[in-house]
Amino acid sequence: MFKSPAKLFQLVITLLACAFLLIPTLQSALAGVTVNYFRGVSSGLTFKWIIEVWALYSGSIFLSIWLALACLMCTLIIGVPAAYALARNPGRLSRMLEEFISLPLAIPGLALALALLQLYGGWREFRMSWTFILVGHVLYTLPFMVRSVMSVLAAIDLKTLEEGAASLGAPPHRRFLDIVVPNALPGILAGALTVVTLSIGEFNLTWMLHTPFLKTLPVGLADSYASMRLEIASAYTLIFFVMIVPLLLAMQWATARAQRIMS
Amino acid sequence: MTLSLTNTAKTYADGTRALKPTKLDIAQGEIVSLLGPSGCGKSTLLRIIAGLETPDEGAKLLFDGEDFTRFPVEKRKVGMVFQSYALFPNMSVRGNIGYGLKMQKLPKTEINRRVDEVITLCQLEPYAARPINALSGGQRQRVALARAFAPRPRLLLLDEPLSALDAALRGQLCDELAQLLRSFGITAIFVTHDQDEAMAIADRVAVMSHGEIAQIGTPEVLYRAPQSEFVARFIGAAMPLGRHIDDNTLHFETGSLNLAGSQAGKKAFIRAEDVRLDDTGPLRAKVISVTFLGTHYRIALAGLAPDPVFALHSALSAPKVGDTVGVAINPAAILMLPSDKKAA
Repeated sequence: MFKSPAKLFQLVITLLACAFLLIPTLQSALAGVTVNYFRGVSSGLTFKWIIEVWALYSGSIFLSIWLALACLMCTLIIGVPAAYALARNPGRLSRMLEEFISLPLAIPGLALALALLQLYGGWREFRMSWTFILVGHVLYTLPFMVRSVMSVLAAIDLKTLEEGAASLGAPPHRRFLDIVVPNALPGILAGALTVVTLSIGEFNLTWMLHTPFLKTLPVGLADSYASMRLEIASAYTLIFFVMIVPLLLAMQWATARAQRIMS
Repeated sequence: MTLSLTNTAKTYADGTRALKPTKLDIAQGEIVSLLGPSGCGKSTLLRIIAGLETPDEGAKLLFDGEDFTRFPVEKRKVGMVFQSYALFPNMSVRGNIGYGLKMQKLPKTEINRRVDEVITLCQLEPYAARPINALSGGQRQRVALARAFAPRPRLLLLDEPLSALDAALRGQLCDELAQLLRSFGITAIFVTHDQDEAMAIADRVAVMSHGEIAQIGTPEVLYRAPQSEFVARFIGAAMPLGRHIDDNTLHFETGSLNLAGSQAGKKAFIRAEDVRLDDTGPLRAKVISVTFLGTHYRIALAGLAPDPVFALHSALSAPKVGDTVGVAINPAAILMLPSDKKAA
């Protein structure tokens, strides 16, 4: 199998690339459970740092989860009907609207956050509450939901399916719930996982919008890197990994599934 | 009259006239076919009846005397079978068939009973629990029909229900569909571009051309007494015959035929089955091509009209290309029609 030098060369390069990506990750994870990083693993393994991170930052972790779920609710409520409306009325205006919704992808999160601060910064209660960060997250994640649902809707003959349901006596809201939503489900699922993953991992917009009492998981991460000992920062990274990697895997699976339906 | 349409027209936003003001009356239990080439307005007319298109101002649609011109689709109680079937991929066969009943908010037991009934009627028992994408084209077509019929609509509308199937299956399912529609005893309108389908299924056929109904009648009447060149050509492929008409004589390059009475200003047409090869016949023609079709030969002849005229020749052998043959035509089989400038 590896007799030809070209094949062998390819294998070595691939393994090297994997090692380049994996070794720092493993090292960082290992640092989070090492008693003293500077003395190495020989100093022993411990869960002390993880417990400490939990004590210090569990609020951030729960805030991030809560924000991600709230953000998901908002993008579902706004994004799915929006994608439906855009898919149902193709035309230049729809194209423009789609591009407009997608603008937050192109604009740096910092600029988006600054605009939000300029616009709502004077509104103290709103500025201080978690809903302010939520608004930023929804702005940033909405295009992912809309596009994901739209691409699935574009692949089915929505108009005729709806006409079929209408001829069977279904009023507009039933057609949406019985026909549009179930058939768009793979796209909604893929969009939902993307939204949750992005919301949990979002840093630069959140960093601008956060207050000392409202730190999300990545903001807390930056905070721990800046002010805590290396083991705690590493333990924090480990917790972040454990949360985000299953989400990433699920997202991959859901996207592949949606694409299978589209083809 | 069960269904009565008056002054029904459709002009699209860009000014295209898809349907000219049309009048159509359909009796209870009658199966009417809208037949015509693509772009003749037949689907537009069907979609107006279904409520999927809005007709121009001034249209009036009555059902048993009740005006439903302004009703939305879901209130019209029409069943529709779409060309692509439009079955819901997120539901099983049962789910699809029961959807209309569910929309009528019937109790569950009643829905189940009626779904079972329709499934039996359409012979779908082995497939009832299957998802839609596990069905063949013919099975899908039957599910689409069952789904449209299950809520007991006042009117069943079918938009080219057989055109998505391959040719071999189409003939078989055409007979099956005709039989099912008869057993339903329902008023139905059925759009097709295939005259065999229309004739096999419908009680009356409305031949449409350029956004209007050219002629409506039973298949026999349309075939034997077409009123225009378009209908004669479209139903049974009638061909122009002769060079010119001089009072009661139809002139050919060689010879002539006497017609009944004065036919000045009209055109003569003939169908292939009425052109007989007969050496004792009064006319002469040259064979241009011979096609063997199993039961008969299809022979193209020059000299009977400016264009080739085809003859169906049932015999064990056929003349060769280039031969000159005698032709006999029964003057009673000649269709005399007013000149129709528009027809292609």
